[in-house]
Amino acid sequence: MTAADNGRKGRLETTLRARRDAGRKLLVPYVTGGLPGWREAIGAAAAAGADAVEVGIPFSDPVMDGPIIQEASQRALASGVTPTGVLEELAELDAGIPVVVMTYYNPVFRAGHGRFAGALHRAGVSGAIVPDLPLEESAPWCEAADEAGIETVMLAAPTAPDDRLPRICERARGFVYSVGLLGVTGERSSLAATATDLAGRLKAITDRPVLVGVGVSNAAQAQEASRVADGVIQGASVVRRLMDGGPEAVGEYVAEVRAALDEIAAEISY
Amino acid sequence: MILEEPVDGRFGDFGGRFVPETLVPACEELEAAFREAWVDTAFRAELAAALRDYAGRPSPLTECRRLGERLGFRLLLKREDLNHTGSHKINNVLGQALLAQRMGKTRLVAETGAGQHGVATATAAALLGMECKVYMGAVDVDRQALNVFRMRLLGSEVESVQSGSRTLKDAVNEAMRDWVATVGNTHYCLGSVMGPHPYPWMVREFHRVLGDEARTQCHERLGGPPDFVVACVGGGSNAMGIFSGFVDTPAALVGVEPAGGAAIGRGVPGVVHGMKSYLMQDEEGQVLEAQSISAGLDYPGVGPEHSYLASIGRARYEAVTDAEVVEAFQLLSQTEGIIPALEPAHAIAWVARAAPELQGRTVLVNLSGRGDKDVAQMMDLLGP
Repeated sequence: MTAADNGRKGRLETTLRARRDAGRKLLVPYVTGGLPGWREAIGAAAAAGADAVEVGIPFSDPVMDGPIIQEASQRALASGVTPTGVLEELAELDAGIPVVVMTYYNPVFRAGHGRFAGALHRAGVSGAIVPDLPLEESAPWCEAADEAGIETVMLAAPTAPDDRLPRICERARGFVYSVGLLGVTGERSSLAATATDLAGRLKAITDRPVLVGVGVSNAAQAQEASRVADGVIQGASVVRRLMDGGPEAVGEYVAEVRAALDEIAAEISY
Repeated sequence: MILEEPVDGRFGDFGGRFVPETLVPACEELEAAFREAWVDTAFRAELAAALRDYAGRPSPLTECRRLGERLGFRLLLKREDLNHTGSHKINNVLGQALLAQRMGKTRLVAETGAGQHGVATATAAALLGMECKVYMGAVDVDRQALNVFRMRLLGSEVESVQSGSRTLKDAVNEAMRDWVATVGNTHYCLGSVMGPHPYPWMVREFHRVLGDEARTQCHERLGGPPDFVVACVGGGSNAMGIFSGFVDTPAALVGVEPAGGAAIGRGVPGVVHGMKSYLMQDEEGQVLEAQSISAGLDYPGVGPEHSYLASIGRARYEAVTDAEVVEAFQLLSQTEGIIPALEPAHAIAWVARAAPELQGRTVLVNLSGRGDKDVAQMMDLLGP
């Protein structure tokens, strides 16, 4: 075990581990920062039983995102939203649950690693996901993030050979993001077989919470993924509801998925 | 110091492999396959035969007597416009397509700006019997309708990209999204010396043939290297091809960027499309939209080796305006009977502007493509 495993866990990992260890399946909805109603949506999600929330910082070139989150990012950018603006608004918000920021790497690099990590810390953010920063390129950011107490969530993909996964799990803080399929974010009609395969491979080698994201599109798919994983991240299905129906629609949806996850948690524990 | 190959995937501070985790194994597999193929004499012979018998290499070196006399220096053109498919792009594409086939891939995806790389990729796919899909920004689909038709005629699917600025950078995003989803059977045939390692290095190596030829041709014609080697730079593949033939000589290397897409001239280091390089961006790191009359150079970034050559002072980078390019397009047509593509017209525009500095010298311009694709656009602009 590394030093970081022993006791210096941040709020995100502490919260998720405690809830998982109490028999709960974890639910982390994603909202695009800066969309109309995004802060209210975080509040609604927290009230409906989300365990943490992921906030996307809109970026001009979101290569890991499919049409819905691309559109959300473009809408936010077109209305003048900036990374700084999103963090300022986050600082004023007390969601009551840990906040993880999802940002592409260039805004981090442009600001400077230490400066960006400090800004996240001041905004009350617990963790960060940087989807275009793979393990080999991650050291400068991860060191700055560790220093500032920001937990960097690492992604693991279905294409990873077995010898790569332990290194990803070791570097991950908060939780391990198990990418559900080969492809970008977006809703799919069924859960890919890769989702449970990879989650199973990760669960076998790490004690950190393993959450499946990308292509987990509804309550039934969340249940299916969580029979193997510790829980799910849901992005496009949440963002679509925020754009179409507003924060209330997000709250209703999170409540529905929460109930579905509680149902299988009960099954598994008996 | 000039790098024969990048160190840990980097040219100095630039390059790297900033890709989603899903693509890391694919980039590693590609690097290993390229390393192995590039030292395999059978692969090299197969590629050399395709370049000779199919693409028409070597391309000639043409001296521009009338224009040279008018400008006051000896001007030579490396005639990549005479290659099959009309530009230098075929060199890289034949290399990558043969490599992809060797790796067992059955499908190619590509991005394209002006359509030249898309046409070249569609051509190689037809030649080798591979499936092919080309992503092209909606703005470029409109201004390069002829190339869209050519790609479809060659049997490729062309998808019009509606996101972002709807030009080259968005086509790259969409091609990467495709690759993330299809990496098992698909090779991403990237069209310039950009993207994650090993692309900047591999694409330069596939274009090195034009620089090596030009070096030999200059030696025969001039008795040695020219004083200046000039090429347009968007991503920068034709420039890296010709620079690679002269980087270890005393020749001055000049890259010419469009004023509205001058990554080195106006950008600061950033990370997008898998690489760290100079990038036009705002103060919060959002990538800016380039603005250029030339779809092929309408790109806010640049290949990392160019950033490196700029940072060590081995190459200099100049910017020309759309108006200068339109003038150069007509100038070369009327003085030499060669209609250039709008992209290399940037290089011609710079040598025309810099004529006072170039008096009495020898100047080699890489004429990276022919202007047929741009004739309709120029007719709209200049009148029939």
